[in-house]
Amino acid sequence: MKFTKTLLASALLSTSLSAMQVHAADVPVGVKLADKQELVKGGEGEPATLDPQKIQGTPGSLRAKDLFEGLYSEGEGGKLVPGVATGYTVNDDNTVYTFNLRHDAKWSDGSPVTANDFVYGFQRLVAPKTASVYSWYAALAGINNAQNIIDGKAKVSDLGVKALDKYTFQVSLDHSVPYFVKMTVNSAMYPAPKQAIEKFGDNWTKAGNLVSNGAYKLDTWIVNEKMVFVRNHNYWNDKKTIINKVTVLPIKDSTVEFSRYQAGDLDVTSFSGIPTNRYKELLKTTPDEVKVTPQLAAYYYDFNNQQPPFDDVRVRKALSYAIDRSIITKYVTGVGEIPAYTFTPPSVDGFTAKQPEYAKWTQAERNAKAKELLKEAGYDKNNPLSFTLLYNTNDGHKKIAIAVASMWKKTLGVNATLENQEWKTFIDTRNLGNFGVARDGWVGDYNEASTFLDLFKSTNTSNNAHYKNAQYDQYMAQAAKANDPAPFYQKAEDLVIDQDMAVAPIYQYSIKRLVKTYVGGYKPNLEDNIYTRDMYIIAH
Amino acid sequence: MLKFIIKRLLEAIPTLLALVTLSFFLMHFAPGSPFTSERGVPAAVLANLQAKYHMNESLMSQYFHYLWDLLHGNLGYSFRFTDFTINQLVAQSFPVSAEIGFWSFLVAVSVGVLCGVFAALRQNSLLDYGVMAFANIGMVLPNFVIAPLCILFFSIHYQWLPAGGWNGGAWPYLIMPVIAMSTSYIAQIARITRGSMIETMHSNFIRTARAKGLPKSHIIIRHALRPAMLPVVSYLGPAFVGIITGSVVVDQFFGTGGIGQHFVNGAINRDYSMVMGITILIGTLTILFNAIVDILYVFIDPKIRY
Repeated sequence: MKFTKTLLASALLSTSLSAMQVHAADVPVGVKLADKQELVKGGEGEPATLDPQKIQGTPGSLRAKDLFEGLYSEGEGGKLVPGVATGYTVNDDNTVYTFNLRHDAKWSDGSPVTANDFVYGFQRLVAPKTASVYSWYAALAGINNAQNIIDGKAKVSDLGVKALDKYTFQVSLDHSVPYFVKMTVNSAMYPAPKQAIEKFGDNWTKAGNLVSNGAYKLDTWIVNEKMVFVRNHNYWNDKKTIINKVTVLPIKDSTVEFSRYQAGDLDVTSFSGIPTNRYKELLKTTPDEVKVTPQLAAYYYDFNNQQPPFDDVRVRKALSYAIDRSIITKYVTGVGEIPAYTFTPPSVDGFTAKQPEYAKWTQAERNAKAKELLKEAGYDKNNPLSFTLLYNTNDGHKKIAIAVASMWKKTLGVNATLENQEWKTFIDTRNLGNFGVARDGWVGDYNEASTFLDLFKSTNTSNNAHYKNAQYDQYMAQAAKANDPAPFYQKAEDLVIDQDMAVAPIYQYSIKRLVKTYVGGYKPNLEDNIYTRDMYIIAH
Repeated sequence: MLKFIIKRLLEAIPTLLALVTLSFFLMHFAPGSPFTSERGVPAAVLANLQAKYHMNESLMSQYFHYLWDLLHGNLGYSFRFTDFTINQLVAQSFPVSAEIGFWSFLVAVSVGVLCGVFAALRQNSLLDYGVMAFANIGMVLPNFVIAPLCILFFSIHYQWLPAGGWNGGAWPYLIMPVIAMSTSYIAQIARITRGSMIETMHSNFIRTARAKGLPKSHIIIRHALRPAMLPVVSYLGPAFVGIITGSVVVDQFFGTGGIGQHFVNGAINRDYSMVMGITILIGTLTILFNAIVDILYVFIDPKIRY
């Protein structure tokens, strides 16, 4: 393989990244630390697994961030922070990334973390034997042969990863992915401890067997009660880690979690830890503990683009325009959510979607336009549009559905019947396209617009709106090859929302967390990549 | 007696088999599968996952495979907690539920019987009304109301007890789960005991005992209590199983890690092996405790012989 000369720009980037401050708890001068450095935090429910290559969903990745460390991590505001990698170089078309690994990184058993551990981890992710439900992540990143290996058409050893030497790890991609380094923050791309996995097989993630390379190691895992981590003294930056013990409580219900927080059982709640009905009161009583920041996630309604009457763009636009998003975010959800008129959240790194025309109108103007469009499509109060609005059983979704249906009724005379289904049935119904309008949500996998816009590619398995547009696919293909993909993202965004309204964006989610005032080092970011190693307990 | 026990054990086999069969097919006919997820799973990955759980075979073949594993004491891998087998999860959670269940049962029986007896002996008195009012409130107040009230009172307001967790079953962690678990059972047992005790106290042999001039305490303890306990005992068998396995709310509110939560979440997540495992456990316990109740009858009711 020809490795082109490193571009000046990427060299600069690489140097600047390696010169950046590494992850660690930075205690401001004058802050007195507590004698007992133990943290109890909310865990968003119980994870299915602690195997980094098999983790899907926040409960697992939240814990993996304390136990493992990948090439890069994320710091405050989503800035990349070197992890096991000290820097990287990239060729001129963003297809070959070479990472320099630190020589002092160790596993909790004392063995060194080497490039081979990354090769092994990446290969595990796609190996059919692992059967990881997150294997698509390697294909999404464009790693050479990833899709072929997943499909059983190539050998695991053909994956585009190699150890150039003990501390140099190289990844080759089948197309340009300028944001590849951001993708390494995800647990799917963490190294894997071959020694433990081969020794313990399926039981390698159990307490006592798990070998990790993060700031902490697993001490206890009692399903549905707690998980306890203790300091990994072999961690390369252990001397700058302050918290000695982390207890993660797998509480899913925000009301239950809130009561345990009030009782002093928890120091930090999960990212959905503020019950909506308590928010205003908390802002008055304990404003310093309320941490509400935007999340890289979108709440929206899918129109079934293949099924009448939703195959008519006028119907889709009318329904979308008639949703008063500010009422939803102000009165229905009400904890820092941001009304959305584009699909890609504006806070995503590297691309700020231009607000479409309808975002600039007043709600009255939107309603007038909605009536006009629906009438053109053949529906009015005498011949009302009737359909079912499907959502997964959940009180929050129900409230939003009631609000939206009543807006549609009031403005357009539309009869939307609400139907709820429990999660697995709901997903099945939505995947099969047996719906008219359905609730949907998407949390970005990495901080780049393609994690959102890829969804509407004709072949994407999560394209629940069943939107198919060759022009759109072309824009996304062009974006993937471009050094500056932003103009193509804008075209794609204009097409899918402003022109086609394939879905109705409703709001951008928020991270709503309660953090006791004696907890220092909490650095919120869009993807909620929070690491306990940055935190400390102040004397109180 | 031995013949009776053997007979009951033999009867349990077809009952359990019917239970396993029915649950197995019902579970598999529910829409969605354990691998249904928001993000479509690649076909090759799905094939590997299905192979791991034998789901690439026909339903009948899966059924026989399950029975074969079951005969070897293997309840299979959890679909939801992929790092664990059902045996490991049950081994972790069942002792927690059993301990909460045991103490709740003890509290429910002792307090319930005591309240019921006193209410019956002071029928239509203030005490009777008080006990019955408590019993009625206890029955209508579900534990998902009692649990947060307990937390509010004992943990948040007074900070006497931890709001949740288990910590290996240390007593401060036991108190609130036991209160939440036992309240409705106390109420139920008090009502049954009261009714049965009133009936017994009006029966001929008690009248005879009274006529013989026996002291009241002697009549109650030696003669009335045993027959009055018959309906209570028959209630206790299924109640005990219910207390042990029905701890969903307690598990959820107090984060104890008991088995109840697994059952409900297992069904929601289509964790076939989890639902099957717990169904079998509950079925076995129900049969076992019903048999124990039948055996206890022999000691309580002299009319019963096996």
